[in-house]
Amino acid sequence: MKRLVNLTPSKPARVLLGLLPFALILLLYVIASDARLEANPNDKLLPSFEQMGDAISRLAFEPSKRTGEYLFWQDTLSSLTRLGLGIGIAALIGFSLGLLTGALPTAYAPLAPLITVISLIPPMALLPILFIVFGLGELSKVALIIFGVAPFIARDIQRCTLEIPREQLIKAQTLGASSWHIVWRVLVPQLMPRLINAVRLSLGAGWLFLIAAEGIASTDGLGYRIFLVRRYLSMDVILPYVAWITLLAFIIDWLLAKTSQLAFPWHHQGGKA
Amino acid sequence: MIEIKNLWKEYGDNVVLEDISKTVNDGEFVTLVGTSGCGKSTFLKMLLGMESPTRGQLLIDGQPIPDEPDQSRGIVFQQYSVFPHLSVLENVMIAREFERAPLLGKLFGGRKKQVREEAHALLEKVGLTPAADKYPHELSGGMRQRLAIAQALIRKPKVLLLDEPFGALDPGIRADMHQLILELWREHNLTVFMVTHDLSEGFYLGTRLWVFDKVRHDPQAPGAWGAQITYDLPVGEIPADALAQMQQNINKSEESNITGESA
Repeated sequence: MKRLVNLTPSKPARVLLGLLPFALILLLYVIASDARLEANPNDKLLPSFEQMGDAISRLAFEPSKRTGEYLFWQDTLSSLTRLGLGIGIAALIGFSLGLLTGALPTAYAPLAPLITVISLIPPMALLPILFIVFGLGELSKVALIIFGVAPFIARDIQRCTLEIPREQLIKAQTLGASSWHIVWRVLVPQLMPRLINAVRLSLGAGWLFLIAAEGIASTDGLGYRIFLVRRYLSMDVILPYVAWITLLAFIIDWLLAKTSQLAFPWHHQGGKA
Repeated sequence: MIEIKNLWKEYGDNVVLEDISKTVNDGEFVTLVGTSGCGKSTFLKMLLGMESPTRGQLLIDGQPIPDEPDQSRGIVFQQYSVFPHLSVLENVMIAREFERAPLLGKLFGGRKKQVREEAHALLEKVGLTPAADKYPHELSGGMRQRLAIAQALIRKPKVLLLDEPFGALDPGIRADMHQLILELWREHNLTVFMVTHDLSEGFYLGTRLWVFDKVRHDPQAPGAWGAQITYDLPVGEIPADALAQMQQNINKSEESNITGESA
């Protein structure tokens, strides 16, 4: 018998083992749901898959009686727009600040302590201020995501910039590069895959801020919907919405990872040369 | 011509180099050896412009060496001196792009083609033509150093600085690299300064061998005295037993230095 640390499951076994917990959770859910519904057909806590399917097809494929919109898709579009805007702007700000402070000591001196302090402010504590300053519209929700994510990206990019071997920067200077050349041709291309990585890591936080902001003040969006139907204990809507949000998060993450692998093969295959 | 006049380098109380005076003519190939922490890398950094002398002067053609690196002095480090995000060809071309495209740092069309041809010719010389489209992480250690050398030469520097360039390579490959660097040195009429740990390398490469060592040593204050150039030998006239003796000395003081400083 080999030691446990040397025991590696074969590839099909790994796939099966990976799927096993999901199957178990589903099975457990179905059993519990059946048991509750048998005792009380009007139970709302653990709806059957059929009930969830009905609720979602109502939201996704029938126009709302009140507004005529397909609520499920409208919610998805609104939420993704906010998330995309928030994360996009945060990435732009974070990348610029991180690059600037990482590359130029004269920018690091005044800005780095400020970025560190700002990144320590709990963004949710800023939400009331954002609502007061920007109102309850789109801007404050996007601003919350930016405040929550940009300092993290800035610090991550700053760290990555400082980690690029000094030898490379010196070599570039001996090849006649100006500061601008070094930033544009040496640092920026090498930081792009790191930016994608930072965005992937910050997407979880981005979703958190999005759903929190939508839950508190909004008229549509995935977060708004689940907070709204909570009042009616509509688990048949909440559970599929949560699954949908998870799926969206997974797809975005996967797309970013693939993009990075295709666009920057030198980063994923190799060392620092 | 490079003139070193009464050069001192100190970090606070720690004297690294003391009172060095030498003259190096154009086209000389100087090999710098010595224990680790004896200041030979600091000396190379001063030639590069990353460090400035505490006292004394370091002149190149009568002018003080600029206080930041520039294209008149090329450098090859032991590692990390090529750009991982550029192909071999682009790594060589980028120097010309820095020179000719101050705003974009990138050339297009006919101007790019011209630089590409120049870069190809240089790659041919260092034997990297088949690898022109590969990325540095796909190259072996020796090929990567060939690339670093080609890159350093495209701007035609007068001075080439080598900081233990072959330290991480296998002995067989190292011999090939010696051949290459000697050829390029003659062809481009370079002044070369090479720091190495391997005394035999200094023994037959180039024209001059400098041994850095501390003449005086105070065990209570290891930083009180700096290193000087204790031997300045024309290469080719060093008897083999003297070489063995020197290697032994270096190894010995290397051991005694382990408990001492690191610089």
